Amino acid sequence: MFSLIGFYSLIFGLLFSFLIVFFAIKNFRDTNILDNKIISLTFFQLFFVIVSFLGLIVSFINSDFSNETVFNHSHTTKPLFYKISGTWGNHEGSLLLWLLVLTLFIFIFLLRSKDQTKQYRTLTLLFQQIIIIGFFIFIIKTSNPFNHIFPIPREGMGLNPILQDPALAIHPPILYLGYVGSSIIFSSTLAATSLDYISREWAKHIKKWVLVSWIFLTLGILLGSIWAYYELGWGGFWFWDPVENVSLMPWLALTTLFHCILVLEKRLILTSWVIILSISTFALSMCGTFLVRSGILNSVHTFANDPDRGLFILIFLFCLIFLALFIFFFFHKVQNKDANSFFWLSKETSILINNWFMMYFLSVVLIGTVYPIFLEVLSSERISVGPPFYNKLIIPLLTPFLFAMAIGPKLKWIKSNLENKLHLIIFFIISLFLSISITQNLNSGFLINTVLITSAFYLFFITLRDFVINKFKNLSQTIAHFGFSLLILSILLNNIFSTEIITNLKIGETFRSEKFNISFEKIEQQNKQNFRSITGKFNIKNSNGTNVVLNPELRIYNQPNIVTSEADIKSNIFTDKFMTMNLVQNQEYFNIRYQVKPFMIWIWISVMLISFGGIVTFFKKKYEK
Amino acid sequence: MYGRKVKFRFFFVLLILLTLFLSVFLILKSLEENVVYFQSPSEIKILSEIEKKKIRVGGMVKVNSISMQAKEINFIITDFENEINVIYSGVVPNLFTEGKGVVAEGYLKDKNFFLATKILAKHDENYMPPEVKAALQEK
Repeated sequence: MFSLIGFYSLIFGLLFSFLIVFFAIKNFRDTNILDNKIISLTFFQLFFVIVSFLGLIVSFINSDFSNETVFNHSHTTKPLFYKISGTWGNHEGSLLLWLLVLTLFIFIFLLRSKDQTKQYRTLTLLFQQIIIIGFFIFIIKTSNPFNHIFPIPREGMGLNPILQDPALAIHPPILYLGYVGSSIIFSSTLAATSLDYISREWAKHIKKWVLVSWIFLTLGILLGSIWAYYELGWGGFWFWDPVENVSLMPWLALTTLFHCILVLEKRLILTSWVIILSISTFALSMCGTFLVRSGILNSVHTFANDPDRGLFILIFLFCLIFLALFIFFFFHKVQNKDANSFFWLSKETSILINNWFMMYFLSVVLIGTVYPIFLEVLSSERISVGPPFYNKLIIPLLTPFLFAMAIGPKLKWIKSNLENKLHLIIFFIISLFLSISITQNLNSGFLINTVLITSAFYLFFITLRDFVINKFKNLSQTIAHFGFSLLILSILLNNIFSTEIITNLKIGETFRSEKFNISFEKIEQQNKQNFRSITGKFNIKNSNGTNVVLNPELRIYNQPNIVTSEADIKSNIFTDKFMTMNLVQNQEYFNIRYQVKPFMIWIWISVMLISFGGIVTFFKKKYEK
Repeated sequence: MYGRKVKFRFFFVLLILLTLFLSVFLILKSLEENVVYFQSPSEIKILSEIEKKKIRVGGMVKVNSISMQAKEINFIITDFENEINVIYSGVVPNLFTEGKGVVAEGYLKDKNFFLATKILAKHDENYMPPEVKAALQEK
């Protein structure tokens, strides 16, 4: 019943797309103001997509197994919260969410762009409708979430238990807000390019959209990372897994784009660069969807391997890129040459330098992610590119990047001298000493770690000083850069000072080492709503006399029959104590991993600070003078 | 002679090209060094020499082959044609079970023994690593 409503709403939504396109074109030259009819049509389209999405959610809540998607991904014993989050925990549902965000954003865009010209708004709407129509057809043709099955099954297949988790329940919507937000940037850039409206006003107006997507993308990546940390049981937060990489690439492009738009807003230069970046951000978001959905990458996100879907997205993506490049080459006019010049020591140069670094990081990640796929297609040789590749190519270059981040914001536009050099040098010396005092007892990697920690500390102190001295001037930039220095610092210290014990223990046994003794005291079993839980009790005695009790858990889910291990983490502001336990079939031994990870919580806090820096911008009426 | 501006432009373009070449070179070089190849037990059997490079071995965990001690876990990976013994000390993923697919990363000791440094997690009980699927299809 609700499935049917959902499906027909989807069809209506598509029809409204065509209506909107028709009226938008008809109305394009007629009047000077945007017809209210178009706004109401867009509203109706949004309304129908919402109804369709709600239809799917209700089907999930009711466990309506006549719906194929519900049957494949739900189960009656699943808690209500995960029945709802299961809606987007699968391919079909998550695409419907994409569509929902696409229509939602264009509607908000129309409401919030009243001060822009009619032509610009209409064109943006048209480009956005092209994307929306593509997704409508994609959903209806290849991944209809409302397929009917008969006879109606009694029970569903269940949701993969590792997805039954609060962080992962909200991870997709947040991440999608970021991903899909880039579609508005894409459409609006194309519209502005065709109308030759790449100007300061435009930069000022689109900047907000860039920031919104950037904030959501940052938070979405953070959520995924936190989830991987406690759920996958590896005790890390970033694995350079292809699926993580595809979310990092749009983030890098978006961050670069944001900095460029600031330059565009102030100086009206780098216009082509901004256009290219907007196009690539959206292309990378689409590429991410393609790589993840087509089943080329193997991960949690790969729900089904269906070459048709991959092919459709790929063709669609190529058409969009082709359209974008066409507009870029034929409509884009390079304007006033005189403004183009700037002195080598200026804010523009420092932003450009950082752009180069960002592009380098982006290409490293891109090559590492895509190369194995190409190699497999070309030579059927199967390879994987591991963390050493990325670490080696990215980490050393973080040093100049961090220095540029510290000094760059101090420079002025066009031409600048470094005033007040004294504190820059003093802070450098302080950072160097601090970092040597940290790394002096290190056995390996002394040099690289010292250099890296020095540069991170340098940025840390400089931004801290800026905050104290300038108070609210450039507040968002100071917070975001400060957050970044904190992020790099905590990652480095975390890497250097982490300790790990991996061992196999029977109940009642004790593992002994110089630093701590781990005793496996007992296990307890409990039956929960849709899983059986086995909780171990471990007593860890540190050499300094302190005691920690950790209770890692194993969950044996009923449908699908999967075991997951829930890490037990005791965190405080200095360090995380992390333990997972694992059971191997027919064995008495339990596989135990115990990690002490310093400054773990600061990694999360610093990423929140970075996105908070973005949020602050919206609360400041006038910033950066 | 050329003006200052032209000279400056020239150096600028040169600088860009140089960085571009350098970064492409760097990326390709470390790609070559850090790539991990995937092999099935049958492919290992026909190797002419044992390299010291890290590889991945994939297949099924042979039934009744897991034995666990305090320090290490031993098991056999099979592609139903050939087998290889794996010695591993570390964390096993949740879905590491006899009769299911597995991918181990590590170094070959000889053609029959593999020292694994990592066992890769799968996320789904019906899911088989594409490498394993391909290896099974190949036989």
